[in-house]
Amino acid sequence: MANQSNAMLEVDNLSKFFDVGKGKTLKAVNGLSLSIRKGETLGVVGESGCGKSTAGRTIMRLYEPTSGKALYNGQNIYDLKGANLKAFRREMQMVFQDPYASLNPRWTVENIIAEPLDIHGLVASSKERKVAVERLLDKVGLNPSHLTRYPHEFSGGQRQRIGIARALAVNPKFIVADEPISALDVSIQAQVVNLLQNLQRTESLTYLFIAHDLAMVKHISDRIAVMYLGKLVEIADSDDLYADPRHPYTQALLSSIPVPDPDVEATKERIVLRGDLPSPISPPSGCPFRTRCPAATERCAAEVPELRQVGANKAHWAACHYA
Amino acid sequence: MLLHQPIDKEGETTMEPILKVEDLRVSFRVRGGEVQAVRGVSFDMNKGEALAIVGESGSGKSVTAQSIMRLIPTPPGTYKAGSIVFEGSDLLKKTEKQMESVRGRDIGMIFQDPMTSLNPTMTIGDQITEVLMRHQNMNKEKANKRAVEMLKLVGIPNPEARVKQYPFEFSGGMRQRAMIAIALSCDPTLLIADEPTTALDVTIQAQILEVMKDMQEKLGTSIILITHDLGIVADMCDKVIVMYAGQVVERGNKYEIFKSPQHPYTQGLLKSLPRLDQKKDEPLIPIDGTPPDMANPPHGCPFAARCPHAMEVCVEEDPFMFTHSDTHESKCWLHAMPE
Repeated sequence: MANQSNAMLEVDNLSKFFDVGKGKTLKAVNGLSLSIRKGETLGVVGESGCGKSTAGRTIMRLYEPTSGKALYNGQNIYDLKGANLKAFRREMQMVFQDPYASLNPRWTVENIIAEPLDIHGLVASSKERKVAVERLLDKVGLNPSHLTRYPHEFSGGQRQRIGIARALAVNPKFIVADEPISALDVSIQAQVVNLLQNLQRTESLTYLFIAHDLAMVKHISDRIAVMYLGKLVEIADSDDLYADPRHPYTQALLSSIPVPDPDVEATKERIVLRGDLPSPISPPSGCPFRTRCPAATERCAAEVPELRQVGANKAHWAACHYA
Repeated sequence: MLLHQPIDKEGETTMEPILKVEDLRVSFRVRGGEVQAVRGVSFDMNKGEALAIVGESGSGKSVTAQSIMRLIPTPPGTYKAGSIVFEGSDLLKKTEKQMESVRGRDIGMIFQDPMTSLNPTMTIGDQITEVLMRHQNMNKEKANKRAVEMLKLVGIPNPEARVKQYPFEFSGGMRQRAMIAIALSCDPTLLIADEPTTALDVTIQAQILEVMKDMQEKLGTSIILITHDLGIVADMCDKVIVMYAGQVVERGNKYEIFKSPQHPYTQGLLKSLPRLDQKKDEPLIPIDGTPPDMANPPHGCPFAARCPHAMEVCVEEDPFMFTHSDTHESKCWLHAMPE
């Protein structure tokens, strides 16, 4: 599906299952296919347990997939070995959710940011190393003279900037950002999002932006993929997705976001889904969403809906029999 | 059976406020100093109202709420000054013993994380009946019946079986429903909800907000909702208090706050949020800088260092509240100046 000739990354029928004991399997990502163009931001949204983080990590090859492929510039990343794998790791970097847990508290900022430089042998002397770190700190809007400080001396937003500087150290082309702003205060979130957007322009980056804050995802993304219980249920240009959501889950998700405007809230019709997310260890038969879907029929229990093109725009796909 | 009469709007304004907080100051001793978490907070609320306290981490919103329940551990905390008058008596003057009969009976509270605030070794039913037997002198049988009723009320399916289950057998959303059931079981006058949906997914959040609104309608409970999510405020609340660095910087009804915010911090917060109807490539307008260190709060206005309109007076002297309408005030020198 959706094979674009200029795709930088093509994920093809990717699955990642975890053995959770007693012969049970957790299908965290189940047959995911999508492609990401060079220079774009693809947002991935969904609730906890939908597989969005596992998808991001498998695409980074932090996990080995159960099955499927991911072609990066035409090469399957799961076939890479040795020097090729190391080169791939330079191209792809990750920004994590928790700026408290993802920085080593005993290391100075210089050592944290320079670690990737050391691993990839990109600096020849300690002077060069220091200059590189100063340049990176400046790039992410931190004071370059702070390189001898430790993580606890920085606020959450500043720590996230350190995490971004570390990711940028090796001049990556592709960044997977897993909930990079959800641990931050509202007034700080906008600072970090603006930074990510500016860096995308100046460093020609491609982003996979994983989040649950749909308003922020819409703001930053060119296209958005919606996941539910390990499956991609809808993918579209972000304006299309918000203007004309086709999958009932996307519709409910969008209507659930409270809008900071009392007039909108007073008139809005909210689709409140009944029930909880089913366990990904024993997902429902057929369509994964059918147990909570207001429009489910017998067909939904019997038949897994295929992802298919819906609507006028070629880039708009949904996995619902009735979309 | 314990339902209140619906409140008519006329009567509401002439009524004494059920809660009046005046000049509340709470500090914590830390190594090498004192963190002034709440610095002179005043507000009041009427019966049946939903009041939002909005602010970022460290703004003092949770400490304010915990002070109303007298849940601040002392030491290291101290109530430095002020009063919290609830239904005519000052909660800060009550003994710990007296407070025990206020908590859970007159004021209920729900917390952000329902897993750590429920007892993992007690069934959900026992956690509700415990409250009822203590505060309402119900016998076990009657309390059990009421527990089932409460779970049904908050939308837990199959309540007869669910009362016998433990918290780990509940999903996140169901646990928060159970928390609400416990908090409301004695039909409190006031419910304090501290970030009740922050740990939940959006579709579950929508369910919980619906339950809370429904409860407020059915039981006439007054609600203090503490949140950082301005969308939830617009959905749920009548009145809004905006806190920054331990102080109330703006108060108003929700239309005043969202449609004509007067404090630069409130304005900044609203501008820094992405809007679903916003055009792409319109950059967000963040608030620069970070909040002040509360162990060492600045002299003048605490927001001055981040404020795009800061003037000389702002760093020298802390502003006082300026009135914009009967219900709308903001704490900013801009409003003392001729345009």
